Amino acid sequence: MKFASQIINGLSLGSIYALVALGYNMVYGIVGLINFAHGDIIMVGGYMVYVAMVVAGAPLWVAVLASILVCAFTGIFIQQVAYQRLLNSGAPRISLLITAIGASIFLQNLFQMLFSSSGKSMPSMITGAPLNIGSLQISRVTMVTIAVSVLLMAGLQLVVKKTRIGKAMRATSEDAGAAVLMGINTKRTIVFTFGLGSALAAVGSVLYSSAYPLITPYMGGMLGLKAFVAAVLGGIGSLPGAMLGGYLIAVSESLTKAFGLSKLTDAVVFGILIVILLVRPAGLLGKNTKEKV
Amino acid sequence: MPKNKKSSYLLTLALVVVLYGVSAFLVASGRINKYVSGILVMVLVNIILTVSLNLASGFLGQLVLGHAGFMSVGAYASALFTLNSGLPISVAFPLSILIAGVVAVIFGILIGIPALRLKGDYLAIITLGFGEIIKVLINFFDFTGGARGLRGIPRVVDKSSGISVEFVKFSYAFFLAVLTIYLITAFIRSRHGRAVIAIREDEIAAEASGINTTYYKLLAFVMAAFFAGVAGALYAHHLGVLNPAKFDFNYSVEILVMVVLGGMGSITGSVVSAIALTILPELLRGFSDYRMLAYSVILILVMLFKPTGLMGGYEFSLSRLVRKLRGKNKEKAEQEKVGAAK
Repeated sequence: MKFASQIINGLSLGSIYALVALGYNMVYGIVGLINFAHGDIIMVGGYMVYVAMVVAGAPLWVAVLASILVCAFTGIFIQQVAYQRLLNSGAPRISLLITAIGASIFLQNLFQMLFSSSGKSMPSMITGAPLNIGSLQISRVTMVTIAVSVLLMAGLQLVVKKTRIGKAMRATSEDAGAAVLMGINTKRTIVFTFGLGSALAAVGSVLYSSAYPLITPYMGGMLGLKAFVAAVLGGIGSLPGAMLGGYLIAVSESLTKAFGLSKLTDAVVFGILIVILLVRPAGLLGKNTKEKV
Repeated sequence: MPKNKKSSYLLTLALVVVLYGVSAFLVASGRINKYVSGILVMVLVNIILTVSLNLASGFLGQLVLGHAGFMSVGAYASALFTLNSGLPISVAFPLSILIAGVVAVIFGILIGIPALRLKGDYLAIITLGFGEIIKVLINFFDFTGGARGLRGIPRVVDKSSGISVEFVKFSYAFFLAVLTIYLITAFIRSRHGRAVIAIREDEIAAEASGINTTYYKLLAFVMAAFFAGVAGALYAHHLGVLNPAKFDFNYSVEILVMVVLGGMGSITGSVVSAIALTILPELLRGFSDYRMLAYSVILILVMLFKPTGLMGGYEFSLSRLVRKLRGKNKEKAEQEKVGAAK
């Protein structure tokens, strides 16, 4: 039974990884950048909920809404200030990566200055009786996490596949130059992508901090990295891949814990990353594109 | 012109010898206290780290976010060797430096092969992950001292020999830093170095010109790892204590900031910024809370407005300086000066 409950835990954490991985994936798909600051957006979202609920005493829905708005704004702000100029000038990739790292360190240290490095404990957000199946107990938080993430991922698929802006996103990621010629406002599409990815991260952060109710300025680093590993595992650029990767990473992490090696979970996650890059660099669902000269 | 090259080498050598003579005299005679000479050694350690990271990030153009990880691998390997080998320290320490480099190379190959076969930014993520894993593993195992750290690493020289420890430490550090700068400069100017720079400029074009891109990427990356390991050995025996928390992501970023600020692809820039960014925090202790915040802003601003770093690809050349100062009749004067330096 311990085993089964660890798998359930894995699925719940995996939903959060998947939500965050989607943000990496969309941004990587559209501008080819590993947005290192994406993980820290989660941290920003967590602190916004904390500020809204504990400092300002707002109800949960206001806090979640505020957190989504602030995160989307932060994501767009970073894109405008730190990436826009480099993206336009066609700077080398390493410059973009370094600014992304810079943005990530900036957010971490800014929040450390504002809220101290010791972390804040979150109020309980999702309460209710757990569900009992035999001797297996599934908490309300786990159920809500899985349900919300699955709904959001389905919604995102609809947005990308069925709406105008989704079409614009797909076109821009396929060939930005041709998209401009077809009358697509690629700049606005890129801004929208950053905003959408960051909004998903905000939801991920609310779910994460209700399952693990302690937020610190550095929580985004590891969470973001694992979500990125999930994105690579599933196939970068593929949205269903991000979900699959998220679940696989989180379940293998929970199983490592179930075997009593909880200290080594991080090592296992990166071990998986190295193996994938050796065996199937495009990821499980990724398209293996040949480079044309 | 071989003659010109020779005089340039000799001139540089003379400068290095004078620099060493003056600073070693100051350290050995105790005119510089232990605190300052400790900073000097850290400056030299950071020079080794920065110059070697510049090879991977500046010249090869691959972002490495785990340089502190390679350093920690080297530091622990060398410290465990000198602690357990039973050899006298004057033999064990030079050997341990080599071992540190080799162990770092082994890790570099293990990480580099999967990441560098691919195009794109996987190396950044993998090295970042590697730095974290190494920290986790060092904390996990007992033989590394776990989270308490490794203590009682022997000093670089026997106390009974009567030679000043500070002097020997400084000499090792100086020699290794000069050797690192020399080897990496020589590598960059060689056929192999040009291949590495070609890959940075255009990977596809380099491959089309018959350059084995994976091999050269791996070579430059592994060389950088080797010197990071060497710097780690030096660091371990300088402090005598190793704490796994020191080699975290922030330290990797600090080294990266030194490279970026100095100039991606400028060895001179790396040396200058390693000196400046090691000494400045010591002077500005009161602002240490804001250091990482300032570093992040520096990273973003430099990348936005001068993506090649402050010095760009500029290299300081002593013979060029002399030529400039002497004007037209430099040829004779330079030879005289070289003669005098001999």
